[in-house]
Formats: sequence, C-alpha cells, structure tokens
Amino acid sequence: MAGNKRNDETMPPTLYACHECDLLNRIPPLAADQTARCTRCNAVLYRNPSECLERTLALALAALALYLVAVNFPFLSFGRGANVVQTSLLTGVADLYRQGLVLLAVVVLVTSVIAPAMVITCYLYLLVPVKHGRVPAHVRGAYRLLRAITPWNMIEVFLLGILVALVKLAGMAEVIPGIAVWSFAGLIVTLAWAAGTFEPEVYWHEVESCQ
Amino acid sequence: MSEAAVTAKDLGLTGCHDCGVLCRGAGQHGECPRCGASLHERKPDSIRRTWALVIAACIFYLPANLLPITHTTSLGHTQSDTIMSGVLYFISHGDWPLALVIFTASVAVPLLKLIVLVFLLVSVQRRSRWRNRDRTVLYRFTEAVGRWSMVDVFVVTILVALVKLGALANIEAGLGAVYFALVVIITIFAAESFDPRLIWDPEENQHE
Repeated sequence: MAGNKRNDETMPPTLYACHECDLLNRIPPLAADQTARCTRCNAVLYRNPSECLERTLALALAALALYLVAVNFPFLSFGRGANVVQTSLLTGVADLYRQGLVLLAVVVLVTSVIAPAMVITCYLYLLVPVKHGRVPAHVRGAYRLLRAITPWNMIEVFLLGILVALVKLAGMAEVIPGIAVWSFAGLIVTLAWAAGTFEPEVYWHEVESCQ
Repeated sequence: MSEAAVTAKDLGLTGCHDCGVLCRGAGQHGECPRCGASLHERKPDSIRRTWALVIAACIFYLPANLLPITHTTSLGHTQSDTIMSGVLYFISHGDWPLALVIFTASVAVPLLKLIVLVFLLVSVQRRSRWRNRDRTVLYRFTEAVGRWSMVDVFVVTILVALVKLGALANIEAGLGAVYFALVVIITIFAAESFDPRLIWDPEENQHE
C-alpha cells in the first residue's frame, strides 16, 4: 500500500535552493517530524511530517463535512422579540451586492466561501488517487491551483470579524450563534492543521513513486 | 558571510517557487519539470512591480481612511463611521482590547506594511548589505501579517447582514470599505511581487 510506505520514513538527502535567499543548502536525510532550515537566513525549506499525506487527507475530509454545514445552516441570528433576522454565511455577500458594492461582495465571497471550498477540493483531488497508488490527471495544474488559492482563504480573519461584530452589537440586541458558526470555527482549525501537515516535498516523492 | 555561500543562481540553477525542486538552467524562462510552474531565477521586474503596487496602495489608503465604511440608521437618524471613528467608539466604551485589535489590523498594519516595503525596495536598490537576515525576517513578517487587515471588511459584511431591523436599526456599507479592501489586496500583491532573494544578491557580487 503506497499510503503506508511513508510512515516515519526518512527523507533522502537533497540539494535545495532557499526560496528567500537563494542559498544552495545540502540537506541531510530528514527523520520524521524534522525540519530543514536555510543555514543562512533560517527560512523553513521543507519538513518531514509523519504520516503527512494520510493526516492531510483525513483533515480534508473532516473539513469538507464542516464546510457543508457552515454554508447550508443558520449562521447568526440577531434581533429582539418577534423582530429577528436569521442569516447564513452568504447573506452578507448578497446584501453587499444589492447595495451596489459588487467589488466588495466578490472579495468577501472569494476569501470566505470560494477559497476554502477550492482548498478542500484540491486536497481531496490530489490525495485520494495517490492513496490508491494512482497519479491524478492534471496533477501539476491541481497542485499549482492549491498553491495559488491558499493565501486567499481568510476564514480565520473572518472569525475575528465575527467576534468584533458581536461586541459591537452587544448593546443593541441579542446575537444568537447558529450551528454554522461552530462548524465554521472547526473548519478553520482543520484547514490550518491540514496546511500544517501537507508537505509538497513528501507529496511529490509519493507521486514520483506512483509513476 | 562564509566562503561556502553558493547560491542556486551562481550555478545556473533555479529553485521552483511552487514545489521547491531544484531545476537546471532555467534563466528567466522555463518550466518546472515536476509541477509545471514557470521558473524565474528572480521574480521578473520585481522592484518595478512592487513600487507600482506600493504607490497604488498609498493612493487608495487615503479614501480608505477618510470615507465612511458604514452608514448606520437608527430611529430615523443616520450616522456615518470611518475606520478611525470605529476605533474611537470602542475606546469611548472602555473596550481597549478591541480598539487595539481594530487599530492594529486596519490602521497600523497596512501603513507599516507600506513603510517596510518602501524600506526594503530602497535598500535593495542601493545594494545595501546591512543586516540581510533581519531584513529577510522583516519581509517574512510583512508577508504573513497582511491578511489580518481584512478583518474590518468582514466586520462590515457581518453588520450589514445582521442589522436589518427596518426603521429601528439598519446598517449599509460605505465606499470607504471598498477602498480599504483594495488597499489590503494591493499590499498582499505588492509583498508577493517583491523577491527577498534580491536582499542577498549583493553578497554574491563580493566574491566576484
């Protein structure tokens, strides 16, 4: 089974150019959970997280479940007595669009809804076939898409925004968090964790051994 | 620096910036054999592009801070708030921690980011060799912290979605929020277009 092969495996030595200062580093074999750093500027070059691809896949699956709940279920409710407004994650985007602030609506839609969905999709697309010993079609394009979209996934910043908004509205009326808020918070943890366990160097070694 | 400092560029090699693999003889054109990303020995036109984006962000920084980001209607009375008046609101309510969060994320971070980028650009153009390692750390920090500036944009979005109680209370987004989002996005692109390897390039010329 290709997936189990990498458990606690030592990574072979390589020559690696630092992406921040361009120094050529001679990296010795890397044991599990070790990190290779640039000897000149101390930037992290790559790591060897144990069970890297299995953990990322598991976290991506958990993230998918949390994402579906976060998008489809009630997010926040606000009001007093009979006058209660219930919102979903997309309500704010729709309202900004209606108010004519299309650019702002697009920015919020991409950073809080589209980017996390694409990150999860890319992880699953890249990892599921490799788990079964096959290389996904267009693996290079999918990998580059993951790299390009990741910085635009800003859900953790969105959560800070929720907290600030809650304090701001505390005096006006009651804010009731829905189940989607809790899944959203869980989504942040799982996606950040997945990004921490996914290591390109390990992934590409695995792809090459599948070919 | 020790004499063992050999860069990829010295040997005509390029590290792929997407997957990290070391590639032979890419020069300014070429494709990574492993992930297909286009290879650049140094990011193309890094200094000019970063300058252009920094200047654009500086221009948008003014309307972002001067125009209102929200219009709040409450019992027939409308109030417009800028980013700073939001900070002052929290201070007047004794909410120091929150005032600090908003001030840091919305006012200080974008401004510091622009100042740091200008400093890095000028020092690279003067081929400075002053504290390369610290300047690289400064760049790394600038790149990582920029996203948190988006917090005010999200606060506005959530307020707009929630506060729709008709005549009782209603919040609409203002034009300032659009400019502010632009500033954050442009500075993210500016940090991305700057190539930190340029900080270290004057080192190599010392050996020649």
